[in-house]
Amino acid sequence: MDIQAPTAPAKPHEAVDTVVIRFCGDSGDGMQLTGTEFTKAAALHGNDLSTLPDFPAEIRAPAGTLAGVSGFQLSFSSQVVYTPGDAPDVLVAMNPAALRTNLADLLPNGVLIVNLGAFTANNLEKAGYKSNPLEDGSLDQKYRLYKVDISKLTQTALADSGLSTKEIGRCKNFFTLGLMFWMYNRNIVPEVENIKQKFSKLPAIADANVKVFKAGYHYGETAEIFTTSYEVRPATDIPKGKYRNITGNEATALGCVAAVKLSGLRLFLGSYPITPASDILHQLSLYKNFGIVTFQAEDEIAGITAAIGAAFGGSLALTTTSGPGMALKSEAMGLALMTELPLVIIDVQRGGPSTGLPTKTEQSDLLQAYYGRNGECPIPVIAACTPADCFNMAVEAFRLAVKYMTPVILLTDGYLANGAEPWLLPNIADLPKIEVAFRTDPVGFQVYARDAETLARQWVRPGTPGLEHRIGGLEKDFTSGNVSYDPDNHEAMIKIRAAKVAGIAKDIPLQAINGEPTGDLLVLGWGGTYGALTKATDECRARGLKVSSAHLRHLNPFPANLGEILRSFKRVLIPELNDGQLIKIVRAQFLVDAQGLNKIQGKPFKVAEVVASIEAHVGVVKAAEGGRSHVQGEVRA
Amino acid sequence: MSTNGTNGTAAAPIKLTRKDFTSDQDVRWCPGCGDYAILAQVQKVMPELGVARENIVFVSGIGCSSRFPYYMNTYGFHGIHGRAPAIASGLKISRPELQVWVVTGDGDGLSIGGNHLIHALRRNVDLKILLFNNRIYGLTKGQYSPTSELGKKTKSTPYGSIDHPFNPISVALGAAASFVARTIDTETKHLQEILLRAARFKGSAFIEIYQNCNVFNDGAFEVVTDKATKSDNQVVLEHGKPLIFGKERNKGVRLTGMFQPEVVTLGENGITEKDLLVHDETAPNAGLAFLLSQLEPPAFPVALGVLRAVERPTYDQLAVDQEKKLLGSKGDGDLRKLLHSGETWEVS
Ligand code: SF4
Repeated sequence: MDIQAPTAPAKPHEAVDTVVIRFCGDSGDGMQLTGTEFTKAAALHGNDLSTLPDFPAEIRAPAGTLAGVSGFQLSFSSQVVYTPGDAPDVLVAMNPAALRTNLADLLPNGVLIVNLGAFTANNLEKAGYKSNPLEDGSLDQKYRLYKVDISKLTQTALADSGLSTKEIGRCKNFFTLGLMFWMYNRNIVPEVENIKQKFSKLPAIADANVKVFKAGYHYGETAEIFTTSYEVRPATDIPKGKYRNITGNEATALGCVAAVKLSGLRLFLGSYPITPASDILHQLSLYKNFGIVTFQAEDEIAGITAAIGAAFGGSLALTTTSGPGMALKSEAMGLALMTELPLVIIDVQRGGPSTGLPTKTEQSDLLQAYYGRNGECPIPVIAACTPADCFNMAVEAFRLAVKYMTPVILLTDGYLANGAEPWLLPNIADLPKIEVAFRTDPVGFQVYARDAETLARQWVRPGTPGLEHRIGGLEKDFTSGNVSYDPDNHEAMIKIRAAKVAGIAKDIPLQAINGEPTGDLLVLGWGGTYGALTKATDECRARGLKVSSAHLRHLNPFPANLGEILRSFKRVLIPELNDGQLIKIVRAQFLVDAQGLNKIQGKPFKVAEVVASIEAHVGVVKAAEGGRSHVQGEVRA
Repeated sequence: MSTNGTNGTAAAPIKLTRKDFTSDQDVRWCPGCGDYAILAQVQKVMPELGVARENIVFVSGIGCSSRFPYYMNTYGFHGIHGRAPAIASGLKISRPELQVWVVTGDGDGLSIGGNHLIHALRRNVDLKILLFNNRIYGLTKGQYSPTSELGKKTKSTPYGSIDHPFNPISVALGAAASFVARTIDTETKHLQEILLRAARFKGSAFIEIYQNCNVFNDGAFEVVTDKATKSDNQVVLEHGKPLIFGKERNKGVRLTGMFQPEVVTLGENGITEKDLLVHDETAPNAGLAFLLSQLEPPAFPVALGVLRAVERPTYDQLAVDQEKKLLGSKGDGDLRKLLHSGETWEVS
C-alpha cells in the first residue's frame, strides 16, 4: 500500500518553494534526531537543503531550563539553497523554555506548533514565564498557533506498549516528526525503515517509535486543527547526478579516506577528543579496512606528534582538533615545518578564546593558523566553504602536504561540521592525483636537497637501506640537513621555507568571482560564510547593485590574482564571523582599505545582515562619487 | 648469529660492527659526560640484535641525552621537548616492522613529557625507552629536575629544593610498564646486558640509566658507583635468586611480616639465604617490583637489573590484529562503495 496516499479525504495541498523549520526543545527531547531525520526525508525527496544544528555545551543541562534548549534549523527548497535560512517559517517548540528562547526568530504569521503537555506550571516557571503565553491570546494574533498535546498523544498511542512512562516520554519527538511528515507530504516508508534500523537492538523501542511516528502523521491527517499540508517540490535547478546528504565532518572524513586511495599510502590519525571535531575521529575509526590507523592520543600534543612520527615513517599523517587544541599543537607544527614532513592539521573552529563557546561556530582561528607559532613558520592554510566542500578540501590538504613536504592547515568550523547539505557524489577518476615518490637511491643523497620547482625535499621511508639519516627541530644545513648554527644558513633556510609555501600559489586555481570582474563593491569572504555571502550578493545584484563576491578557499598563499581582483573594485567588504582576521591579512598584504562586517555571536550570518551591509557600503561609494546614495543604511565597521 | 627475538626484520645478512652504527657527526657532550659511555654500549650491542640498520630508528626529545640520535648511524628523529614517546608511538604503530628506540632524560621524560611516557608504557607500545637520569637539567645549565633530591641546591633552588622527587622506576611500574630495568652508565657489562634484554623483549621496555652529569651534578650516584662503596649500596637482581649484596656478599634483603623490606646479615641470628627475598621478574603482581624500585641508600641498596618483565599484547600488535580481522570480515575498503553508502538519490 502506498502510505503516502491518505485514506481519509485529502486535505488541500499548497505548493511552496522554500520552507525553514526550526525544531527546538529540551536537550533530552531528541530534537537533533528529529531534525536529522526530517533532513534525510527532504534530501530523499530531492529538495536542496541546508541545516543548522544548535545545541548547548552541556550534554544534559537541567531539564526544562533555558540553558538546556537544543535546536535544529533546516531550510529545504525546490530551488538552490545557500543557507539554513535567516528566520524560521515554522517553529516547533517542545516546552516553554524552547518557546521562550526561540520565539523572537519566528517570522510574523509563521506556523508555531507547541507541545501543550509540556506547558505545566513547573516548566513555565523554569522558563521564566509569569503566566502561560498560550492562554493570553498574544501568540494567536501574531502567529498561526497550533497547540498539540504531543506528550499525551504519545502516551495514548503507547498505552498498551508495556513501556515505562520515562521510555514513552522519550518517544514524543517521533510524534513531532510524523506530524511534520504529514505537513510537508513526505514519504513515511523509508523513515519507518530508518527507525527500525536505528533501534534494531531495542525492538520494543523501535516498534514504539514507529507507532508514535505514524500516530503523528495520522494526527495531522485527521485532526481538525490542521487544514492544509504543503508541497515543496524537488529542486530542479541543481546539477544532475547522484546525491547523498552529508555533514561537514562526514565529508572531511570521507575526503581523508579518498586521499588514502589517491595516494596509495596508509593514513595515520593522531587525535584527542574535542568538540566539534571528534566526529572525524569517530568516523575514521570505522574505516580500518581502508588502510587507516586511528590513535586516540593522551592529549592534543601527542595527537600531532604521533602523526609527525607516522609522517616520518611514510604514512599520510593527520591530526584533527579545534581552537584550544590548535593552540596546544603549535610547537609541534613548527617541528613538522622544520623537518619538512607532510602533515594535515584540521581545525574545526569554534567560539574562542580559551574554552570559549565549544558548540558554537566562529571563524576564530585564521590568525592562529597563519601566525600562531614561534619563529618564522609559514604553513599553507586552506578552508572549506560548505559542508560538502570539506571533502574536496581534505583531499586538497593532503595533495599539497605531500607534494610540498609541508604541514597544511585545513580550517572548517562548527557550522560546516554539523550542518548538512546534499552532496553530488564525485567521480573518483576526476579527483586530483596525490603522487608519492619515496627516494630509494642512496647515491648522492642529501637530506634537504630540493626539487627545483616545488622546493620540496625528498621523502624517505625508514627501512630504506643506505638512506639512514637524522632530522629534528634544530636548524638544518641547507643541503645536508645536518644541524647548523651558521647565521647565513639560518637566513637562507627561513627564506627558502617561505618561498616554498609562497610557490604553492602557482599550483592552485585563480580566484573566481561571483558577478562582474569590476564594480562598486567586492564582498570578500572565506570558509563557512560562503552561502550567506553568495546569497546576499546575488540578491543585491538582482536589484541592480554593482557588487560581486569572491570566496577564498586558499588563504596561504592566496590565489595569484587576488591583488588584481581587490584593485578592480571601488570598495572591499570583508564579512567575517570574528572580530576581523582576514581583513588584517588582506590590508597588510595588499594595502587595501578593506571594510569589515563582523559578527561574533556564535551564529552564522543572516543573509539580511549581509544585504544591509552591502547596501550601506554601496551607498558610501555612491555618496563619494557625488551621486545621491540610492540606499540608506548604517555602515557597520 | 642470533636471530631477531622481537621485532625489526629478520637477521641482517652481513654481521655489522659497532662502527656501522657510528654516524659521521661530532659528538658534542661535555668531556667526561656519562652519555658517552651509554652511546658506546648502545653502539656495541646494536650488531648483536640482528636487525638491519635501516630498520632501526632512534627518537628523542630535548636535553643533553636527546642529542643521541645524531650519533647513531640509523634512522633518527630529534623531536621536541618531552614528546619523544608520542612521536615514537606514531612511528611504531604505523610501521610495526621497525625497531624503535626512545632516548630521553629525567626532565624530558618525567617533567614536560611525563604524560607521554606513562601512556606509551600503559599502552605497551613496543618501544625501547632509555631514560638517562642525571637528576639535573644539563642543557639549560643546572636547574633541579623532577628526580633531584629534596633540599638540593641549584640555580633555581638557591635555598634548597622543596619538590619531592619522582622515582622513575616506580612511575613506570605505576604506569603498568611490562618491562622495567635499572642500570648505570659506568657498569658497562650490566648496561649491555640490560640493553639486549630490552631489545629482545616484546613490548615497551623502560630502562632507567643512572648517568653522571659531571658538569652540573657530578657524583649524583657516587655511593652506588664508587668502587669503595658500591657493593654495599647496590643489589644486582637476578631472576630466581635471593637478594644478596655487600662486599662480603653476606648481606641480604628480606620481608618482614608486614611486607616491609629489611636488610639482614647472613649468618647472624640464624639467618640463611632461605630467609631472603627471591627475585621474580615475572611475578604477575607488580607489587614486589614496586617495593624493590623504592629501595634507596643509605638504608637499602639500590636494585639494579630487570625489576619486571611480563609480556602482554602490544598496542601495535593489537592494532595489526584488529585491522586484519576487519579486512577478513569486510574486505579491502572500497572508496566508491563508501561514498555511495547511506541514502542516495538521483537528480535527472
Ligand atoms: S651538561 Fe651534563 S649531561 Fe649535559 S653533556 Fe654536559 S655533562 Fe653531559
